[in-house]
Amino acid sequence: MIATVMFYLLGAVALGATGLAIIQRNPVYAVIYLVKSIFALALIFYLLGAPLVAALQVIVYAGAIMVLFLFVIMMLEVTPTNASTRSAPGWVQWAPVLLLALTLVTLTLVLIGLDPVTSEGIPRWHATPRDFGYALFKEYALAVKIISFQLSFAAVGAFHVGMTERRRAQLEDQS
Amino acid sequence: MSDMLVTLALILGKLLFIFGVVLFMAAYLVLAERKILGRMQLRYGPNRVGPFGLMQPLADVIKLLTKEDFVPARADKWLFLIAPGITAVTALLVFAVIPFGSPLEIFGRQVPLVVVDLNIGVLYFLGVSSMAVYGVVLGGWASNSKYSLLGGVRGLSQMVSYELSLGLSLVPVIMMARSFSLTDIVMAQQSIPFVLLNPVAFGVFFICVLAESNRIPFDLPEAENELVGGFHTEYSGMRFGLFFVGEYINMVVLGSLVTVFFLGGWNGPWLPPLLWFLFKVLAVCAMFIWIRASMPRLRYDQLMNLGWKILLPLSLVNILVTGAVLLGLG
Repeated sequence: MIATVMFYLLGAVALGATGLAIIQRNPVYAVIYLVKSIFALALIFYLLGAPLVAALQVIVYAGAIMVLFLFVIMMLEVTPTNASTRSAPGWVQWAPVLLLALTLVTLTLVLIGLDPVTSEGIPRWHATPRDFGYALFKEYALAVKIISFQLSFAAVGAFHVGMTERRRAQLEDQS
Repeated sequence: MSDMLVTLALILGKLLFIFGVVLFMAAYLVLAERKILGRMQLRYGPNRVGPFGLMQPLADVIKLLTKEDFVPARADKWLFLIAPGITAVTALLVFAVIPFGSPLEIFGRQVPLVVVDLNIGVLYFLGVSSMAVYGVVLGGWASNSKYSLLGGVRGLSQMVSYELSLGLSLVPVIMMARSFSLTDIVMAQQSIPFVLLNPVAFGVFFICVLAESNRIPFDLPEAENELVGGFHTEYSGMRFGLFFVGEYINMVVLGSLVTVFFLGGWNGPWLPPLLWFLFKVLAVCAMFIWIRASMPRLRYDQLMNLGWKILLPLSLVNILVTGAVLLGLG
């Protein structure tokens, strides 16, 4: 009972904060609302019996990625943008947005139809870090490997791009 | 029914006990720091208020409370008002998972001396401590002052750089204790504390903890010689006090974490466990103060080099070596 009430409260917070994050003009506010939404999501994960996912959600998204966002915003001194007065876009421009919105609304309705707390959503083995680790690195070892390879490719690529920039800057300095 | 009431009362009691003790320790750490720093710099430190200056924290609080609570004209009011609270609250929240004594027998039932013994305790600490930076950053940004903004940005980049090594230096501890729970980690150190088994991890963790607490030699976010007061330049009155107390609560909390992860927690011969824990935490805090008295502030490039080029590879290699040794031992 309490769990159900808390679930819907947290869900409302998450949805509201995400909406506000999208419509805020000030990028710092947007980041703060996004952090709020991430927190609410993490608590929902905890409520659903997945404390490990909840902790990782906070550490990775709120603690690392959002902090980096904030860092970039502050370094670049992004100022609040004023409303740009463009002519109203035609239906071609609206179509992808409308389609996406329709998909999301349908998905939400389907998800609301399922009772979140009582339904057997997450199997028991997700609950403790130990079992989660066993499942991840034994049953899904290949997927984990592929993802980590992708991440290292991305890191090498980013490094390469950064290096060429720096080399170009050095060349310009010399000439 | 009465069983539930007793449980509730015990939880409330523990919360009040921790809140009181941590705040008391934070208040007197300020005094201890000023006294020890004074002695190390060949002066007396505060000794006017009460015997040996022992009432100084009280006088400070009265002074801060009666000062004007000033909000700069073009500051972002709400964020400016909230930011000090974030710092203090996140520091206090970490204490929820720290076990500070062996389980006690009260009213014929086992009472563990920890608010919640989460099976993801270490991750909880990492998550909450990564939130602490928002207080510094939002305070610095909302003040609408160049010094504060610079302090906030420095705080951000410092946290991002050291959070990684902080987490990685705990991986060997988790591997040796085979658990994320802080209570289990203390239990695993009953015979030998981890500082002796894995001094490299201890060194990396200690340096990262210093960086996390924004103290010398890592106090670039508030470097008073260049940035006036850094992120708290514009703060006055009790809101400044909250930032200040937050820093000292953080010292107590991080001292407790060093104790739990590496110094064997409440384990120790002869003395009762609670006293051992208190003694170890105070020893770590004394180390913090000593380091502040004897180290200069790092330059910014030195800070980044230390974090990314030394601590990070070192902690990664340490994980590999620890894993190999643990495998070898079976």
